[in-house]
Amino acid sequence: MSVERFVDVLVVGAGPAGLATAAGLAAAGVGEVEVVERDQEAGGAPRHCPNRGFGRFGTTGPQYAERCVTAAVNAGAVLRTGVSVTGWASPLTLDATSPRGLERITARAVVLATGARERPRAARLVAGTRPAGVFTTGELQRSFHRHGQHIGTRAVVVGAEPVSFAALDTLRQAGVEVAALVTGHPRHQAPRARAADARLRHGVPLLTDATVTELLGRGRLSGVLLRHRDGRTARLACDTVVFTGEFVPDHELARRGGLTMDPGTRGPAVDSAFRTAHRGVFAVGNVLHAVEPARTAAHEGSLASAAVLRHLLDGDWPPAAVPVRVTPPLAWAAPNRLTVDEPDDGFTLRVTEFVPSPRLTVTQDGRELFRARRRRPAVPNRPFRVPGQWTGRVDPRGGAVLIALSAGRG
Amino acid sequence: MTGDRAAGRVLRRGALPDVTYDVCVVGAGVVGSAIARELARHPGPRIAVVDAADDVGEGTSKANTAILHTGFDAVPGSLEARLVREGQRLLAAYAAESGIPVEPVGALLVAWDDEQLAALPGLLEKAVRNGYDAARLIGPDEVRAREPHLGPGALGALDVPGESIICPWTTTLAYATQAVRSGVDLLLGCRVERIDAAEGLHVLRTGRGVVRARYLVNAAGLHADTVDRMLGRDDFGVTPRRGQLLVFDKLARGLVRHILLPVPTALGKGVLVAPTVYGNVLLGPTAEDLDDKTATGSTEEGIAGLREKGRRILPALLDEEVTAVYAGLRAATEHEDYRISAHKEQRCVTVGGIRSTGLTASLALAEHVAGLLGDVGLDLKDAGEPDPVRMPAIGEAFPRPYQRADLIAADPAYGAVVCHCERVTRGEIRDALASTVPPVSLDGLRRRTRARGGRCQGFFCGAEVRALLEGGEGPVSR
Ligand SMILES: Cc1cc2nc3c(=O)[nH]c(=O)nc-3n(C[C@H](O)[C@H](O)[C@H](O)COP(=O)(O)OP(=O)(O)OC[C@H]3O[C@@H](n4cnc5c(N)ncnc54)[C@H](O)[C@@H]3O)c2cc1C
Ligand SMILES: Cc1cc2nc3c(=O)[nH]c(=O)nc-3n(C[C@H](O)[C@H](O)[C@H](O)COP(=O)(O)OP(=O)(O)OC[C@H]3O[C@@H](n4cnc5c(N)ncnc54)[C@H](O)[C@@H]3O)c2cc1C
Repeated sequence: MSVERFVDVLVVGAGPAGLATAAGLAAAGVGEVEVVERDQEAGGAPRHCPNRGFGRFGTTGPQYAERCVTAAVNAGAVLRTGVSVTGWASPLTLDATSPRGLERITARAVVLATGARERPRAARLVAGTRPAGVFTTGELQRSFHRHGQHIGTRAVVVGAEPVSFAALDTLRQAGVEVAALVTGHPRHQAPRARAADARLRHGVPLLTDATVTELLGRGRLSGVLLRHRDGRTARLACDTVVFTGEFVPDHELARRGGLTMDPGTRGPAVDSAFRTAHRGVFAVGNVLHAVEPARTAAHEGSLASAAVLRHLLDGDWPPAAVPVRVTPPLAWAAPNRLTVDEPDDGFTLRVTEFVPSPRLTVTQDGRELFRARRRRPAVPNRPFRVPGQWTGRVDPRGGAVLIALSAGRG
Repeated sequence: MTGDRAAGRVLRRGALPDVTYDVCVVGAGVVGSAIARELARHPGPRIAVVDAADDVGEGTSKANTAILHTGFDAVPGSLEARLVREGQRLLAAYAAESGIPVEPVGALLVAWDDEQLAALPGLLEKAVRNGYDAARLIGPDEVRAREPHLGPGALGALDVPGESIICPWTTTLAYATQAVRSGVDLLLGCRVERIDAAEGLHVLRTGRGVVRARYLVNAAGLHADTVDRMLGRDDFGVTPRRGQLLVFDKLARGLVRHILLPVPTALGKGVLVAPTVYGNVLLGPTAEDLDDKTATGSTEEGIAGLREKGRRILPALLDEEVTAVYAGLRAATEHEDYRISAHKEQRCVTVGGIRSTGLTASLALAEHVAGLLGDVGLDLKDAGEPDPVRMPAIGEAFPRPYQRADLIAADPAYGAVVCHCERVTRGEIRDALASTVPPVSLDGLRRRTRARGGRCQGFFCGAEVRALLEGGEGPVSR
C-alpha cells in the first residue's frame, strides 16, 4: 500500500531549476516545500559535467550543483533523493517509488522540473549494426567521471554545439583520440575560442555539412559511415561514437499527466508564469526548452517561485492563454502561451539553421506587434532571446501570436 | 521428478566437460532451448546444448515481432499449421504458469484498398480450414471505433481475437533455465565447426574443444543447412530473409490496441504495427532476401520505407521517439513448410526452416522432435514435469517490482530504480546477475530486465548499469 502524504509544494526534479524554485518558495515562508529527485544525489545535470562554464568565475558543474543544493536546503526546502515519481493518481497527486516504499503525495501546487536529455542513436534513426561503444555525452561523462570506466581508443563526436566540446574534453581526459567532430550544419555552433582550441591546440578536425548515416562493426564499433551534403560518402574508423546535443525535454510525467504539449519544444506548453494547462501544475527549466544554460534554468526557478507563491495566495489560474507560434527557420519559442497582463521575462527562440543579420517580426492576426534587427547571426542550438515589451499589445481574444525570423541583407 | 537430479552447468569459457552425452542439441535459440527442456523431462539421458553465441537466444530468437500466432493463416494441412496451432495453446498455458509476459490483444488485418478487401473472405475461409473459428469480418466503422488513431482509408478488417503478444526473450530464457535446472549442460561460446562419426558417437569439433554425443539435434536456425552438411546431407539451403523493425517509445502505446496485421496480396506483404508486452509499439518488418547470414544491421532505406508505410497506418506514431531499430533474419528455405527430418542410421534429427513462426510453435516443435528421437532409438521413458519456473515480471500487464509495496518492504532493493525510463530496480538487476543463466553483456542484461532499453538508451543510467554488470564497484572520485 502507498503511504499518503500532503505538502504545500511538490517539486519533481532537483536540478538547478527545481532547486531554485524550492529555494525561493521556502525563503518566502511557504510551509512544506518538498523536492523529490530520483538520482542518489541532488543537483541535476551539472553534477556530471566537470567542465567550467557554469555560473560565473569558472565554476564547474559539480560546484554549481552543490551551490544550488545548499541554497535550497538552507532556505528550508526538504530535499529527498532516490525517490522516483512514476505517475499521477489525480490532478495534484503523484505516485512515487523509493527504497522506503510507495508514496502518494498530494500538493497544493506541483512543479515539474524534470530537465532534458540528449537524443540517442536510435531516436536519430542512424542505421547499421548495434555494437558497443555508442554513447551520449550524458552517458560518457557519467561513465568516465563517476565510474571510471574504460571508454575506448578512437572516437567520432556527432555534433558541434557547446556540449559536443564538453564531450571532447571528457574523451581527452579518458585518453581517447578524437577522429573528428561531425555536424550537419555548415559551421560549429560553439563559442569561437572553444572551437579554435579544439582545432588548433588539439588538432581535432571539424567535418561540416556531414551526417553519420550508419554504424559499422559487430560486438564493438569499428567505424561510421558519413555522408556529405553533396552526396560524397566516407568511412571513419573508430571504436567509440558520441551522439551529443539534440536535446529533448524529459517530458514523460508532463505527458502522462495529460498536459497540453508544445509541438515545437516538445515540453509542456506554459505561459510566462510557468503555468501549464492544468490548474496548480507548473513547469520550469529545461523540460520547457532543451536546453539552456544552467544559470538560465536557475533564474527561471526564482521567477517560478514567485508565480507559484502568488497562486498559493490567491488561487488564481487565468483561463486559456493566447498561443505563441513560430515559423521556420524557427523551431520553437518558450514560453509558448501568453497570459495578458502577466509580467514577463521575454522569450527564448531556437533556429534550425544559421540566419545572418536576423530580422524578427511578431504579429497577431496580421497586426505587427514588434519588429527588430540583430547584427549577430542566429545560431542553431544556441539561445536567441526576444524581449517581451510588446506583450501588452496582444489581444487576449485574438488568434495566435506569430514570431518569424528572416535573414537580413548584411 | 527433476528435483532429485543435479542441475546442469552453464559454461561460457574454459575446457568443455569430459562427458559423453546422450543427446547434444546444436543451437540455443527458442527452438533448441525448448527441445532441451522437453528432453530433460526424462530422467535418463544426459543432455548438452551447444551454441556459438555467449548467451541463449542470441540468434533470430531475440529479433522477431513477438507474436503468439493462432496459425489462422498457415498453409492448411502443413506441419507448420499443426505445430503452430498446438504450440500456441501450449505456450499460452506455459506462459501463464511461468510468468512470461503475454497479452491477448487480438489482431486486425486491415484492408486499405479494394484488392486487400477482396482478399479478406479468402483469409477467413483459410482460418476455418486451419481449425480457427473465432475470426470474423468487420466493417470500416467498427475498425475505426476499435482503432481510433488509424489513418484515413481503412475499408474493413478481419478480426482475429486469438492473436497475442508475448516476450520472446523471457520465453527462451524460461526454457533454458528449466533445462539447466533439470540437468542439461549449456555450453556457450562453442561454435560447432565439424562433426565426425566415431563408434556410434557424434564427435562435434568446436572452437573450445570436443563434444561427444550419441544423438544429435540440429536446431541451428540460419545455419541448420551448414550443420546438416557437416553430417553429409544436403536437403535444403537457408536464405536469410531480413526483417527490420522500429520500436517506438512507450508514450506511443495508447495509439494502438490490437496487432494491426497487413493483408497479404499478390503485390506483396505490408508491415504490421503491434504493441509489445513492454508497452512499446513495433513497426515492421521488412522482407529482404539476402546472402549474408550475419547481416542483422538496419539500413537507411529500410528505416525510411517502414516509416512511409507506418505513416499510412498510424500517422501519430511517427511523432513519437524511436527507442530501438533492429533486424532479424528469417531462416527461409526453398520449401514452404518446416524442414524437420529424422535419420535413424545417423541418430539425428534436423529442425530446419523454422522461418517465421518458431517462437509460437516452440513447445509443439519440442514434443514433435522428442517423438522423432524416440523413433530413431533414443530411450525416452518416464516423462515427468520439470519444477516450475517463475520468470521476472518485465511486462506491463502485471505489476512490476517498482509498483509493489510488499516486495519493497521485504527488500528495499526493489524500490531503488536504476533505469528510470524502464523503471528497472537494483533488485531486479541483482537477481538477473545471480540467475541460473546469467547475462554476460549489457544486451543480455537488457533482455532479462529491460535496463537501458528505454528512450534515453543509457543517457541517465547507462554507466551505472554497466558498473553493476561489471562487478558493482561504486562511483569513483576524480
Ligand atoms: C552533458 C551536458 C553538458 C552541459 N554543459 C553545460 C555547461 O557547460 N554550462 C551550462 O550552463 N549548462 C550546461 N548544461 C545544461 C545544464 O546542465 C542545464 O541547463 C541544467 O541542468 C538544467 O536544469 P534543470 O533543473 O532544468 O534540469 P536537470 O539539471 O536535468 O534536472 C532535472 C532533474 O530531474 C530529475 N527527474 C526527472 N524526472 C524525475 C522523476 N520522474 N522523479 C524524480 N526526479 C526526476 C532528474 O534526475 C534530474 O536530476 C549541460 C547539460 C548536459 C546534459
Ligand atoms: C523479423 C522476424 C519476425 C518474426 N516474428 C515472429 C513472430 O511474431 N512469432 C513467431 O512465432 N515467430 C516469429 N519469427 C520467427 C522466429 O523468430 C524464429 O522462427 C525462431 O526464433 C527460430 O528459432 P531457432 O531456435 O530455430 O533459431 P535461432 O534463434 O536463430 O537459434 C539458432 C542458434 O543456433 C546457433 N548456431 C548456429 N550455428 C551454430 C554452430 N555451427 N554451432 C553452434 N551454434 C550454432 C546460433 O548461434 C543460434 O543461437 C520471426 C522471425 C523474424 C526474423
